[in-house]
Amino acid sequence: MAEIDQPAALYGLMAEFTDATDLTRAATTVYADGYRQIDAFTPAPVHGLAEAMGYDDRRVQKFTFTGGLLGMIGGFGLCYWTMAIDYPLNIGGRPLNSWPAFIIPTFETTILLAALLTAGSMLVLNGLPQLYHPVFNVGAFRATASSTGFFLCIESTDPKFDLARTRALLEGLHPKAISEVDA
Amino acid sequence: MTEPTLTPDQFRAPPQIDTLERLGLAVGALGLIALGAGFLVDASQFYKSYLLAYIFVLGVPIGSLALLMVHHLSGGGWGLMVRRTFEASVRTLPLMALLFVPIVLGMHELYEWSHADVVARDPIIAHKAAYLNPTGFILRAVLYFVIWSTLALLLTGWSAKQDTEEVEYSKFGKVSAPGLLILGLTLTFASVDWVMSLDPHWFSTIFGLWFLVGQALTALAFTIVIAFLVSREGRMAQVITTDKFHDYGTLMFAFIMLWGYLSYSQFLIVWSANLPEEIPYYLRRFGNGWQGVSLLIVLGHFVLPWLLLLFRRTKRASNRLVGLAVFMLVMRFMDVFWLIAPWVKQGAFGVHWMDAAAVFGLSGLWVGVFCYLLKGRALLPVGDPYLPEALADGH
Repeated sequence: MAEIDQPAALYGLMAEFTDATDLTRAATTVYADGYRQIDAFTPAPVHGLAEAMGYDDRRVQKFTFTGGLLGMIGGFGLCYWTMAIDYPLNIGGRPLNSWPAFIIPTFETTILLAALLTAGSMLVLNGLPQLYHPVFNVGAFRATASSTGFFLCIESTDPKFDLARTRALLEGLHPKAISEVDA
Repeated sequence: MTEPTLTPDQFRAPPQIDTLERLGLAVGALGLIALGAGFLVDASQFYKSYLLAYIFVLGVPIGSLALLMVHHLSGGGWGLMVRRTFEASVRTLPLMALLFVPIVLGMHELYEWSHADVVARDPIIAHKAAYLNPTGFILRAVLYFVIWSTLALLLTGWSAKQDTEEVEYSKFGKVSAPGLLILGLTLTFASVDWVMSLDPHWFSTIFGLWFLVGQALTALAFTIVIAFLVSREGRMAQVITTDKFHDYGTLMFAFIMLWGYLSYSQFLIVWSANLPEEIPYYLRRFGNGWQGVSLLIVLGHFVLPWLLLLFRRTKRASNRLVGLAVFMLVMRFMDVFWLIAPWVKQGAFGVHWMDAAAVFGLSGLWVGVFCYLLKGRALLPVGDPYLPEALADGH
């Protein structure tokens, strides 16, 4: 990228808000204005904020389902293969394939793999672990993002991003402060 | 933001409830007339069909009482929005006590332990006679209904008073906490008395909880239907939002899983032990035509709703959720049928016309009375101190 009118080392513009309601309202306005490369940072989950930014990423659920399916087949397969094929064992005269007894381990492995793939895929898709992120270059962010601060960041990679115009838009939303984020 | 004061008049029942009331009473009258005729033809079959229908219908008020007390202890907008539905359901408990009278009258047709000669012949039943005897059966039933009606009338009475005056909020919790424990115990005993003792040789210790969860599922499915009907238009449409239906769908999903878990636990334990006093329960239901009903329940009461409720859209699209709730009510009846009919019929699978007459008669009558009670009060507990917060924040 070779823009002349803005510094190459700018990651984006960050606005700080006093509470979750202001932040959600700001996110809604910015999204409605056409910005897409935006992210919000809050000390606690805020209901409706993700929807306000048009966030609709459902990739994790596919991993959950795949994990569940693998766990189910694997768990039942393990029981069946050991009890009926590899080491057939007569327990109280029951059939070798005593499926009612296999349901419990099958259920457990289904949940286990579904949970592991959910947590694992969530972390990987989030880009974690990540050792460096430009937002931490903002002092106020470092100080309060995990306690009292509510932040909205518009990234410079957004096609609509224009330092002066974007700053004006953010200023109209009554933020506590606006900072430029160094890349 | 200042919230305008809410008044009970803003939340009156919509015409859909009037329609449902008339429909319920009409179907109920037809069913009860048919059932009355059936009594003259075959009194023994009358009692068997009546018990079946009664246990199914009882699920809504008794399950609602459990859910209402859970709501008073946990709080949360999900419960506030349908509290008046729960309350109208539990206010029918005195009526359910009255409707229990035919079961007392038909005791000798239904329960073999009530016959002195059977007790004299059978040493196992004789050993249980200290508990399973006609006097104890009646006294305990009176006690259950007194306790349940008292809990119901206390909680709903305070809630009605709250519409116009200040009511000390902690009272609801102070009654609900011991109330929930007492309900768990009394309903366990009631399930033993009324259902499990149909086969006085058989016993299962998980039965009471399994029965309670089934009844709560009936109540929840019915509540979803009513929530859908009252939120078609007007102010209730802004109150029972998509998020609320999502909550009810999630709750139904949890109850279906809990029901499945308890059903399977009982089955696995009985199947593993394979003992002559326990296994007849399943042998009876896995043969003679009953296996079809068993399979239907596994698929329809668990697998299908479980798969459907995995999808977000099933929970958030209220018309899909209400369709599933109606289906679950049918499945709840099938489950009660599967539980009771193989015992009382003592033979091959079969449905008697009086089974249908009884279930339509009793549920129709009950729904009619429920709608009448629901219309009598505002659809939202407008005086609840947490309501403005719940309405503002959407939780």
